[in-house]
Amino acid sequence: MKDLLAVVMLLGIYSLLSASFFVTMDAVDVAFTEAAVGAGVSTLLMLVAITMTGRKEHPTRHKPLLAIVVVIITGSLLIYGTLDMPRFGLAEAPIHQHVAPRYINDSMQEIGVPNIVTSVLASYRAFDTFGEVVVIFTAGMGVLALLSMVRRSEDTENIDSNNYSMHEQHLILRIVSKMLIPFILMFAFYVQFHGDFGPGGGFQAGVIFASAIFLYTMLFGMNTARRVINQAFIQILAATGVLLYGSVGVVSLLNGKSFFDYSALASDPIAGQHLGILLIELGVGITVAAVMIIIFFNFADRRNYSPNKDSENS
Amino acid sequence: MLIGLYNYWVVVVLMMVGFYIVIAHGNLIKKIVGLSIFQTSVFIFYISTANVDGGTAPILAEGIEQYSNPLPHVLILTAIVVGIATTALGLALAVRIKETYGSVEELEIQNKDNQDC
Amino acid sequence: MQVISALFLLIGSFLCLSGGIGILRFPDFYTRMHAVGVTDTLATAMILIGLILISSDFLVDVKLVIILLMTLFISPTASHALANAALHNDLAKKDKKSNDEVTSSNS
Repeated sequence: MKDLLAVVMLLGIYSLLSASFFVTMDAVDVAFTEAAVGAGVSTLLMLVAITMTGRKEHPTRHKPLLAIVVVIITGSLLIYGTLDMPRFGLAEAPIHQHVAPRYINDSMQEIGVPNIVTSVLASYRAFDTFGEVVVIFTAGMGVLALLSMVRRSEDTENIDSNNYSMHEQHLILRIVSKMLIPFILMFAFYVQFHGDFGPGGGFQAGVIFASAIFLYTMLFGMNTARRVINQAFIQILAATGVLLYGSVGVVSLLNGKSFFDYSALASDPIAGQHLGILLIELGVGITVAAVMIIIFFNFADRRNYSPNKDSENS
Repeated sequence: MLIGLYNYWVVVVLMMVGFYIVIAHGNLIKKIVGLSIFQTSVFIFYISTANVDGGTAPILAEGIEQYSNPLPHVLILTAIVVGIATTALGLALAVRIKETYGSVEELEIQNKDNQDC
Repeated sequence: MQVISALFLLIGSFLCLSGGIGILRFPDFYTRMHAVGVTDTLATAMILIGLILISSDFLVDVKLVIILLMTLFISPTASHALANAALHNDLAKKDKKSNDEVTSSNS
């Protein structure tokens, strides 16, 4: 398949199919995240990358026989390795024996949150989630380092005339999206705060919030979107999310308990857990949304790049 | 007995498809697509091991006895978002390579490098 | 109530299937767009109405109604956006009509 546009579209369909597969596996949180991320943001980013790197793939000259041999050998070794694994769905498999019963049985008493995935993510394994948030932040920094461009001030002129002439062409899309974007943002907040009781949480909410901003940017132009969301503001926001997350842990330390022990945050341990989970999910949501927006803005800006501009900042 | 392992075989097939795309195609964007397929197959592996016969989603509710294992769900949740962050980084690298070398094909990039040094 | 809901679900699935057949069999982009744009939205609406009729929880009903409204907004807009983009980029029609209707920039 030589047309990369078709490849990216098929990748989006594949992500959506795997999200529906996750639903049948009773992994609703994961399905939510995969649908929002894989079928939405990831496809969009690859499309933007293709517009810059070229749509067609050059045909290869050599026959990939060695690759096929390596793949077949590795595949058969892996299948041989899975012969020892427990049967699909077995309730007595070792994976369900040691830590998981403790999480399932004690989660209500110790933390008081119905969604076990949120309680494990935010309270029992909060340190891991902290690492993940820092990784996301670092990836955003990496994209900034690779793709950022200094914007000249004359780009921001002629915004209104540009806007008006494009208005005629995208009329229906603009009006419908103007009606829909508030609902998308509201849904992002709903998912953020409802993550304790149903599928949801910080990651999904951040991605949905960012996708609302993507919709606005695609329809109204980069210049207008830059006026709405300042580059410096969004960078500070990304750092604030990580800072919020870390300071919850430090406050627990300062109050005499161990790092990320939320019972030190309030007088009642359960209330402390709720407060701690709320704050760190907020931190996660803020960072994920800000990093996604940073990545998209930098990708979209890079399209105007040409090698003989003096003001280029590499 | 062996037929109960079919989910692992599906995962291995998908993994090998992704692996083949990475090593056999020269286009950088295609390699990133293959990497993404590989990633998703690993997610499917973890989530399929977390499934329990007769269990439901791990959200506590009245009258439900058996829950699916929540621990792999947590790991994969963060893995998905980190995966897209690293994919974005890879795409940014591909864009920069395109600007510097003029192409994203592996052979052309190697030729250009060999010429320059 | 169950029978009516099952009827709606069956109609919805049949419409979705016929839309899929339409994509495969029609010769041209615009005719395919017409097939999918109409049947896709209607199929989703039928399936959602069927689900609303048999759900017992009020909150689930409200959520399904909201999803129905959103779909009625979003799906035709997406079809319009696709067809608009194709027209704007002068995607050729299959039959040999004159080019005046296709290349006019008033879309």
